Amino acid sequence: MTLLEIARGPAWQASVLIFIAGIAWRLAGLALLRRQRQFAAPRHGLPARMAGGARTMLTRFIPRRAFWPGIGVSVMLSATFHVGLGLIVFGGAPHILVIHQYTGLSWPGLPKGVIVLVSGVTLASMIALLIRRITHPVLRLLSSADDYLSWLLVFLPVLTGILLSGETVAAYDHLLALHILSFDLMLIWLPFGKLMHAGLVFAGRGLMGMKFSRKGAAT
Amino acid sequence: MGNAQDLRGETLAEMLASRGIGRRSLLKFAIAMATSLALPPAIAPLMAANLAKAKRRSVIWLSFQECTGCVETLLRATSPTIDQLIFDFISLDYQEVLMAAAGASAEKSLRDAIAANTGEYLLAIDGSIPTRDSGVYSLTGGRSNLAMLEDIARDAKAILAIGTCAAFGGIPKAFPNPTGAVGVEDLVSDKLIVNIPGCPPVPEVLSGVLAYFISFGRLPDLDARKRPLAYFGATIHDQCYRRAFYDQGKFAKTFDDEGARQGWCLFELGCKGPTTHNACASLRWNNGTSFPIQSGHGCIGCSQPDFWDAGSFYTSLAGGVATGWRNAGIAAAVGLAGGAAAALTARSKTPRPPKDKP
Repeated sequence: MTLLEIARGPAWQASVLIFIAGIAWRLAGLALLRRQRQFAAPRHGLPARMAGGARTMLTRFIPRRAFWPGIGVSVMLSATFHVGLGLIVFGGAPHILVIHQYTGLSWPGLPKGVIVLVSGVTLASMIALLIRRITHPVLRLLSSADDYLSWLLVFLPVLTGILLSGETVAAYDHLLALHILSFDLMLIWLPFGKLMHAGLVFAGRGLMGMKFSRKGAAT
Repeated sequence: MGNAQDLRGETLAEMLASRGIGRRSLLKFAIAMATSLALPPAIAPLMAANLAKAKRRSVIWLSFQECTGCVETLLRATSPTIDQLIFDFISLDYQEVLMAAAGASAEKSLRDAIAANTGEYLLAIDGSIPTRDSGVYSLTGGRSNLAMLEDIARDAKAILAIGTCAAFGGIPKAFPNPTGAVGVEDLVSDKLIVNIPGCPPVPEVLSGVLAYFISFGRLPDLDARKRPLAYFGATIHDQCYRRAFYDQGKFAKTFDDEGARQGWCLFELGCKGPTTHNACASLRWNNGTSFPIQSGHGCIGCSQPDFWDAGSFYTSLAGGVATGWRNAGIAAAVGLAGGAAAALTARSKTPRPPKDKP
């Protein structure tokens, strides 16, 4: 069995199953969390609280003006690589084919040259963010192995993807195998580490916004 | 095969001369074979000289669990070619499809060929070997393919596994593989094996391997899957004339759209060219006329191991092989149970918040 056959077969299947089990594990854990009792009377009714939650989902994208001088560059870099990842995942023709294979959904892909350019910008912004994380004393203190592992497991699929598009450093089947395997690794880790924010970021923001709104705090 | 005994002492040059084919034609053939084997051009005269001096070599060809497509492809041709003369030149001492003898006389010719050429004959095999229930699912003259292989491979100089079935098990090995079919290399470990996969294999590859063997007395360099490196070193994708469209991101979306009519890349229609090692795109079929991609259909990867179980021919390589809803359901159930157990355990270890307002 070749590396590609392993990547497309058993490794892919195992990572998908671990991903599904991990997501179910996390959701079950969240659903069974002991709820904090609220003793104060709510300041707003449910509709207003839901609006507050929805508002928080969006307002947290942009930091308060006072924070811009300190974190503005990081926010822009972070936004760049997140948008880049979105374009790569949902705009790359081979990725759309995978999505189509499992969901039946399809849409026009972006030209290969655009995806390669976006991949390059994404890699550059990720490297810049890593350098900042390592060099900034507070960020370094706050960072755990999870942060670095999550960064690596996102970085590798983008790196192998851009190499695959060029087919210069190795044969297509080897690069495709490495690309799929790197994605398999990310899929396995996603439910268990900070990458889970990809699925929970809006739920978390929404719940926090509802809680704040209940108390009458600004969201 | 009928005049095999008469030709046994004759050299290839003598045999070709008797058919009106001169040294120049043999040199041309040697140049073509050297080129297809990725040998330097300067070696062609040496190859021609060695070919001219070469004597007949006994080949015993066994057909096991197969469809005869390999034999048909390798032996059918529109006109006699020097490749065929090479086939004539080898002493094909046993081949069930082609030989006139049958029954006990066929078995006798097999025994005679083995006895006369012990340790020197080439054993060519097409078809996989069923192993389940002692290999009872494919018998020749009451003997299982499994027993025949064990017996006849023992005294062979080398084994040519011709076609994907002989090389890797092929379609008989595909799920659920009711006969326990395997390829030659799964059963024979102490002999030099050359795999020439393909469903069917490219005839010129067999010609090239035989020409090399007759010329140099040894088999050509092989890759990790025991395939001749010269023919299987590159992928179909690397040699495909549509490769430029792949690089430009121009793909046919359906078999009859504008892209298909323009001859754009068939990757999105499931072409397995990027992962398939074979010489179809360079040697082509039917005297170099065409190959599947040139005819508008993606490569199905027929020369790769387990190609039949590697997902749909029409699903692009971008996707993996699906795991199935049942397994996904089991994984979700396991995850839910594990997550719930972990959460309940954590809850039991944390104090309950007070019930009354402070």
